[in-house]
Amino acid sequence: MNSGIKLKKTKREMFKLFIFLSIIMLLAAIMVVVSKSPVSSIIHLIIAFLAMAGHFILLNAQFLAIAHIIVYTGAIMVLFLFVIMLLNLNKENEPHKTLTTKLAAVISGGLLFLVLLASLKGVNAIKPLNKFDSSIGLIKVLGNELFTKFIFPFEISSILFLSAMVGAVLLAKKN
Amino acid sequence: MEFSIYDFTSFTKSLDKLLNENMSSFWATSIEMLLIGVGILAFYALVGLFLVYAERKVCAFIQNRVGPNRVGPYGIIQTIADLFKLLMKELIPIKNADKLLFNIAPFIVIIASFLAIAAIPFAKGLHAIDFNIGIFYVIAVSSMGVIGVLLAGWSSNNKYSLIGAMRSGAQIVSYELSVGLSLITMVIFAGSMQFSVIVEAQRDGWFLFRGHIPAIIAFVVYLIACTAETNRGPFDLAEAESELTAGYHVEYSGIKFAFFFLAEYMNMFIVASIAATVFLGGWMPLHVGGFSGFNHVMDFIPPFFWYIGKTFFIIFIMMLFKWTFPRLRIDQLLTLEWKYLLPINLVNVVLMALIVLNGWHF
Repeated sequence: MNSGIKLKKTKREMFKLFIFLSIIMLLAAIMVVVSKSPVSSIIHLIIAFLAMAGHFILLNAQFLAIAHIIVYTGAIMVLFLFVIMLLNLNKENEPHKTLTTKLAAVISGGLLFLVLLASLKGVNAIKPLNKFDSSIGLIKVLGNELFTKFIFPFEISSILFLSAMVGAVLLAKKN
Repeated sequence: MEFSIYDFTSFTKSLDKLLNENMSSFWATSIEMLLIGVGILAFYALVGLFLVYAERKVCAFIQNRVGPNRVGPYGIIQTIADLFKLLMKELIPIKNADKLLFNIAPFIVIIASFLAIAAIPFAKGLHAIDFNIGIFYVIAVSSMGVIGVLLAGWSSNNKYSLIGAMRSGAQIVSYELSVGLSLITMVIFAGSMQFSVIVEAQRDGWFLFRGHIPAIIAFVVYLIACTAETNRGPFDLAEAESELTAGYHVEYSGIKFAFFFLAEYMNMFIVASIAATVFLGGWMPLHVGGFSGFNHVMDFIPPFFWYIGKTFFIIFIMMLFKWTFPRLRIDQLLTLEWKYLLPINLVNVVLMALIVLNGWHF
């Protein structure tokens, strides 16, 4: 009985953490869109990604959380920073959009939102197939799954990366 | 247990129990976090100050000088005097600089190195966090420091700092691959990413000796790549004094400059201690399989001293690099990484996998 109370308490604390991380993530994500300077958008995107890594940790998926940090904040965001710093974005050369483009953007965005909302309506019907296994995110379990059950997609995606690498070398080569 | 006198596990366990008995788990956890934070902060400052002094002494030794010798015996308090000087200095605000980014950039660099230090095992049980992806975690958080460097260079609104930041970014991003791959070679050998498991596996011999050829290749590659990743000479063209004045931190003054300076030295300490942990057995004393008398004598030296000794040995090697080799050009730097170190590393990973599969190790 004691352990039951403790479990309930942990669950409540986990929920509080979840809410805390979600609020940070959503605020940062909104700031990405709202902020004027592209560099500050990137900083907010990094914060959003870190909060997302926190969500992975809440699910005990430590490997995924760290991979997320390496790939997104460590590599992709640094690449973004590079590009934006070299582009020399100023207020003057920002493209001006006409009223019709803006109107069309608002309408299409609203339609997309409507579709997403409609698809969320039936979400209660979806139940998880098997019970959540807290060890699924640990590196040993993940490695076993990747190299046995999902070996084919795993190898295919590695070929994709290889071809991207070869392509980059070819593009960078002179002549 | 052989290390019972020097084992910190029982100490930390009893502290945890004491705290949990007297207050709710929330406060107990908070106090534990605070204690660890303050402890690491004190350690961080102490090691940083000492490393600056050590670098000046090593540099003086190589250049046949005396080095700092006025403040205190052998000039040992020199860096503290320098710290006070930096604290007193005026913080010069930069016109047309992005104020917020300019001010938070040094903190991002410091936080990245601070996060990495949390995963390092100093002695048995003296370990802030020990989870099953230890090495991966260190690679991840240390890769975040480059964001601070890029922001510092960009927000200063100065062409030298921007060029310095770009060079530094290109350098760190490319050398990270070599650091990661050479560590992964050792992860294949150890069969785990957890630091405590890796150290425990080196009880009968350090990985550098047990893994022979691929381990030695990985060690050399790691030393080169981590010297480059910490932006130290001969790879310090990000702050090349003769062409870029000081690189990305040219506009920083006073204590903000000191933050970058401290972070550079602490990054060196972190990469050295990871090398010590993964290749040289961390806090594990020098053991030779079979010689129990010799092993017993070695056990009397506390693990913490073993750890510090190995780390400072590697730091000394890195300092020798800085003061003996000439600085590389940017194209030489990138050629070294992409055309030499990375292919060597990839072959080395395969070689290590072969050796582990066939059991050709000690």
